[in-house]
Amino acid sequence: MQTAQTDGVEFQPASDQSLLIYFGHQITPDAHQRVRKLLRLLEQKPIAGVRNLNPAYCSILVSFDVVRLNHARLEEILRGYIQRLDAMRIPNGRELEIPTCYGAEFGPDLNEIARLQALTPAQVIEYHASVTYTVYFLGFVPGFAYLGELPDALATPRLDSPRRSTPPGSVGIAGNQTGVYPFSTPGGWRLIGRTPIAMFRPDRKAMSFLVIGDRVRFTPISAAQFAALERG
Amino acid sequence: MKTIHVQAPGLLTTVQDLGRPGFGPIGVSPSGAADPISLRLGNRLVGNEESAAALEMTLLGGTFVFPQGAILALTGSDFDAALNDVRVNLGASLYVRPGQTLRLGSTSSGARCYVCVQGGIALKPFLGSASTHILSGLGGFDGRPLRKDDVLHIGRASKRFRKRTIAQQALENFSRRKVLRVTPGPQADWFSESSLGAFYAGTHRVAEQSNRMGVRLEGPAISRRGASDMITEGVSLGAIQVPAGGSPIILFVEQQTTGGYPKIANVISADLHRVGQLRPRDELRFEQVTFDQARALLVEQEKLLASRGLILE
Repeated sequence: MQTAQTDGVEFQPASDQSLLIYFGHQITPDAHQRVRKLLRLLEQKPIAGVRNLNPAYCSILVSFDVVRLNHARLEEILRGYIQRLDAMRIPNGRELEIPTCYGAEFGPDLNEIARLQALTPAQVIEYHASVTYTVYFLGFVPGFAYLGELPDALATPRLDSPRRSTPPGSVGIAGNQTGVYPFSTPGGWRLIGRTPIAMFRPDRKAMSFLVIGDRVRFTPISAAQFAALERG
Repeated sequence: MKTIHVQAPGLLTTVQDLGRPGFGPIGVSPSGAADPISLRLGNRLVGNEESAAALEMTLLGGTFVFPQGAILALTGSDFDAALNDVRVNLGASLYVRPGQTLRLGSTSSGARCYVCVQGGIALKPFLGSASTHILSGLGGFDGRPLRKDDVLHIGRASKRFRKRTIAQQALENFSRRKVLRVTPGPQADWFSESSLGAFYAGTHRVAEQSNRMGVRLEGPAISRRGASDMITEGVSLGAIQVPAGGSPIILFVEQQTTGGYPKIANVISADLHRVGQLRPRDELRFEQVTFDQARALLVEQEKLLASRGLILE
């Protein structure tokens, strides 16, 4: 593998038209800040020939036009960008709330999680709603935010076999992450509740309700409040 | 405005163009035609921009009526097409008189066939593209595959009909092959020597559950060295990821944008269009090339696509 390393940054070709930049191999606030900063810099000063960016916990995948760029040239340009990150200031993420109706038909896995963690369902809800989560990145499908970290007491592995379909708005947990399914998609996260908020709407100016760096809390609501919010 | 009336949609027919790259930060994958070379060639045959929106059919084609007529071309795989019961050829422009019916059957070669019409399929773009993303229901015609009685609008075009065909010799360069060329994946060294050996020496079979999101393979089981957990990262088009079960998946045009399984290899850009023609039960092998070779192959392919002799008038 052609891996070059400077200042803890590694470059790794992922395909003939993409390059991975790793800010270490651990999910840390520092790596997240560097991902956010580089993403912002690449959005403000786009590199000619770059076609797409896929940020994640501690990496960004940069896809490019093979005819215009190659790995070595792109790495050289990116090193110049990365040198500027330390001096860069970016605003804190927005503070947002996701009203969530926990349990019953909205959270079919709530009781099982409680059993696995030797908690009551009410305690699971209390833990889940007690923390401010960071949007590490959006991925998987449009508008799906990877939120961390879940309180240790709730960290539970994915389902052994994923559901064929999860209703839109379903709030799930997997390992030490939590997230909201924007669409009816297959999914292996354990479902504890549902929000009436549309996580992704193409007819809204900000299509995705959440963006990288946002700070998010889940607030418990009743089924009646859910119905009222859903009616809008 | 000219229209297309869907009398029968076929197995899975969607509107596709060359996709919407650039929205990875909000989790939107580029989507677009599964065999973009066939789409580009079809558009050139009818005098469109290469990126115009067209119909992509899968395994079994549909039946379409053109009440106001159209100029069209069929490209990709042979779906046994007939215009008012007269057989029509792939890779040639075709004049359709008002009221004629284009009927397609099942494939006798690869997985996908394109109907490109002069003027393109006209619909409101989502993030700059008419491509359908089926899983999220975004883009294309109502975000979904076509149904019986749908009516599509054809974009404005005033060009005269010109008989154009694709040079047969050139077409052979884009034909189906049993070997897909790949470069090493970012986690190739997570796999044992014996697994890498099995991956490259073995024959892989395309599983029934394959779709535009991913092509699932059955064949030699691939196992990882050790069991360290991967941190979710961005995944590239054509990445071959290996979940815990050991059966590889080629991530395709409607792929998830990030993933947490290690990638053993990645299909080279010049062979991605061939992935779009893989059918369930097809067998294939992988051959490793260097990044430089992969780049040279794509440059060569683009040169061929730009060459004058490709489209005959």
